[in-house]
Amino acid sequence: MSKKLYVARSPRIAARMLGEEMLVMSGQGSTLFTLNPTATVLWQAADGATPLDEIVERRICSEFEVNPEEALRDAEALAADLAKHGILLISEEPIASKLPVQEQNRP
Amino acid sequence: MPGLATQVERYSAVIGIGGIPVRVNTTDPDFLDLLHNRYAGFVSAEDRAEFEFDVDLAPPAVDDPNADVSVRYRTGRWFMERGDFRAEWDPATHTGTIHQTANPYSIDAVLRITHTLVLAQQGGFLLHSASAIRNGKAFLFAGVSGAGKTTISRLAPADATLLTDEISYIRKRHEGYVAYGTPFTGELVKLGENTSAPVAALYLLAQGPENRIEPVSAADAGRELLANTLFFAEDPELVHRVFQAACDFVHRVPVYRLTFVPDARVWEMIQ
Repeated sequence: MSKKLYVARSPRIAARMLGEEMLVMSGQGSTLFTLNPTATVLWQAADGATPLDEIVERRICSEFEVNPEEALRDAEALAADLAKHGILLISEEPIASKLPVQEQNRP
Repeated sequence: MPGLATQVERYSAVIGIGGIPVRVNTTDPDFLDLLHNRYAGFVSAEDRAEFEFDVDLAPPAVDDPNADVSVRYRTGRWFMERGDFRAEWDPATHTGTIHQTANPYSIDAVLRITHTLVLAQQGGFLLHSASAIRNGKAFLFAGVSGAGKTTISRLAPADATLLTDEISYIRKRHEGYVAYGTPFTGELVKLGENTSAPVAALYLLAQGPENRIEPVSAADAGRELLANTLFFAEDPELVHRVFQAACDFVHRVPVYRLTFVPDARVWEMIQ
């Protein structure tokens, strides 16, 4: 049996839903990304505490009517891709929430 | 017995851009004249200033204004560097120092960078766009180099007040935004008028075979606004603030694509 994966939104990312599209911007290098609908659901559900397979089952399979096993494989690949760009954090343990960048104290 | 210390005369100019007065101090009267000429119309007669820079006129290690700009926040201060200047600014004391030669380009860059840092904290930004006031409303015309900022500025009718042909100054005010004139010029090499008005619309410029105004999706508006926003700091918190400011702006201000032929009739659509 494969280990559970946990995903969390990177605190170094700014994100906003504009119309139908989710825009995210990396604080490092100011790179702007547009997430597709599946990536948007994954991003919104990535709380660091819910295992990826539960996110797929509850949020992705119900919304996109896809086969659970295939959806999990796709979600793992998608999460790895988003992590590569610094958008998501992935761990085999629950990920503690971190202070978002906008809440840091600065004059 | 001769004195051990020599008193050095200090000269100051208060340069007010976007309603934010910045005092620039120098010991060189010729540099003061240069500032008065460069920022004509933006030099304030008042002594009050929100920020202050001492300019140290000294040759930099490398004199290359085309080098990349570096803007970093360390130990409570902003450090700005390009081939032709080195500057630091303390946002807590509102004071800073600029090391540069006696030229207008270096201090221009430092002022632009400083204003982007200040505006980012307030939900505003500098935008690569021409802007003008007509009928008491400000209109922004954004686009990359060659999109038509200078052309639409040159075509502006007599009843339009040009705020800039290159870099617009946008401040958040209550539920809306206000555009201010800037001395930052493009190909027109004409300083904007030092005045302001509420922003009525942002037009994303494109040149084409006919004059046409089309709506733009919120996501496209956000992407293009961010692509045209001036921002230099390699700093996640400031990047976050600028991103949110751009998203807020496209929620509150109508954004259109303006395709135009380069003649004066395009201004019939801008009211």
